[in-house]
Amino acid sequence: MRSILVLEPGPLATVQDRGRFGFRALGVPLSGAMDLQALRVGNLLVGNRDVQAGVEITMGGFRTQFRCDTSFALSGAARAAYLNGDPIAFWQAHQAKDGDVLSIGDTSFAEAYKRRGGFPPAGAGLRIYLAISGGIDLPPVMGSRSTYLRGGFGGLGGRRLLPGDTLPVGRPVGKAGKKPAPAELIPRYSIEPVLRTIPGPQDDRVLDEGKSTFFSQLYEVTLRADRMGVALAGPPLKLTGGADIISDGTCPGAVQVDGNLQPTILAADCQTAGGYVKIATVISADLPLVAQLAPGDRVSFEEISLWQAREIYLRNEYLIRVLLE
Amino acid sequence: MHSKPRILLCGDTAISVEFGDKIDPWINALVRRLYALLKSGNHPGIVDLNPTYRSLFVQYDPWVCSFERLVGIIEQCLPYVGTPAGEASAVKEVPVCYGGEFGPDLEQIAALHGLGSDEVIGLHCAPLYQVYMIGFTPGFAYLGGLDENLHTPRRKESRKMVAAGSIGIADQQTGIYPIDSPGGWQLIGRTPLKIFDPEREHPFFLEAGDFVRFRPIAGEEFEKHSSP
Repeated sequence: MRSILVLEPGPLATVQDRGRFGFRALGVPLSGAMDLQALRVGNLLVGNRDVQAGVEITMGGFRTQFRCDTSFALSGAARAAYLNGDPIAFWQAHQAKDGDVLSIGDTSFAEAYKRRGGFPPAGAGLRIYLAISGGIDLPPVMGSRSTYLRGGFGGLGGRRLLPGDTLPVGRPVGKAGKKPAPAELIPRYSIEPVLRTIPGPQDDRVLDEGKSTFFSQLYEVTLRADRMGVALAGPPLKLTGGADIISDGTCPGAVQVDGNLQPTILAADCQTAGGYVKIATVISADLPLVAQLAPGDRVSFEEISLWQAREIYLRNEYLIRVLLE
Repeated sequence: MHSKPRILLCGDTAISVEFGDKIDPWINALVRRLYALLKSGNHPGIVDLNPTYRSLFVQYDPWVCSFERLVGIIEQCLPYVGTPAGEASAVKEVPVCYGGEFGPDLEQIAALHGLGSDEVIGLHCAPLYQVYMIGFTPGFAYLGGLDENLHTPRRKESRKMVAAGSIGIADQQTGIYPIDSPGGWQLIGRTPLKIFDPEREHPFFLEAGDFVRFRPIAGEEFEKHSSP
């Protein structure tokens, strides 16, 4: 059986794919890779036809041993990475032999992290993806291999990866490419990203003053940033009639305003419904930038139309389909 | 209720079809009817649907189905949402052990409303509730139809851990916690039923539109249910 052995998982590593579709009506969150573009491009690089499950690695400190000959790719927030001690590049396919050891992020990174008291080093980004030819082949739960930690299902037993875990790997379906990923498909990660948003669904509950604040001021990422959402701090967003609404559907990217008039960007594991005003939604092309936000980073929001967002979406899909050919 | 449903933008891959802005059985029935129509239509490009109290959340893939086409599909369904679905909703019985360690807030609720604990239990068991929506956590059912005499605000401080199966009250709603999770609802009892079990072939005991009736049970029956 093809597999990889987890030697060190780092602070948090989970199995993720595109996410769990068709169960929102039953309260099951989407889950899936926070930075779906990174996992998707990684999959294309190793010759997978679709988004096969990979490993979402948080910050680094991850070491694994290949138990088969296979191609693999690293994507997302770039880190020092080594195959048997030799440095390797992100965003391109590599060939591993049975017994090879891959390590991501060195000890100096972990020390810098500790020195900053729980804040990752600035500008590093947070999430790294390991894609493997054939994908991580665990049994799907409700149609997906994504781990939903709070629900305790999906991925490997619904939990984070631990040292000694063996992850089965599927049979390769395509051949890995030799070229690195085209620059246009690599998100432009930043510690001060401008996030493009479409106003709504409850922008009518925000005063004009609140809207102009939202689209002009910087918001800082707080320590409450995880797979459920990224809580921000900054100038208050003035609402008409309070922050509570009758609960309606939510999705990753929705920017909700809580009772303290502060925004939170919902993320992959967010609840399926929520009772706070949602002022705007980050477009899907910019969700990878949200996935890489770390405490201390600062974001600003730009308003774009649905039509502009659609052009961006379709162009990305087109490029991915070209790469697939 | 809106005279015509509002289409609200939720980013570039989702919309919310909003029928009204209050908790109301008729508005909720319209939401669930549109949900059923779109679900059975199997439209390519509609990748997920989520009916809530008063709106239907629709996620789509713009590569397959444009916004205009999606709105067109929904508009074609709207003339039919006011007619009943034709299939009866399921009625499901939920055994509940009220009070004690399972319902730590029962006495307080009784005192708040000037009722005895038995009266609270009686009022809670009497109605046939309908599941308005599922959300919060996998399988969490928001039930409409709670007796006005039991309407109680949420706890000021939410609990860090509420056990799976706990029955709670928050304002005009009552609901069942499907998994161990944090929670701020007033807890009055617990069911030994597994409301959500990812290992089961059908992981969910309830879905939107189902009817629920609570049946009080004694501690011994709770134990009997819980043991495998």
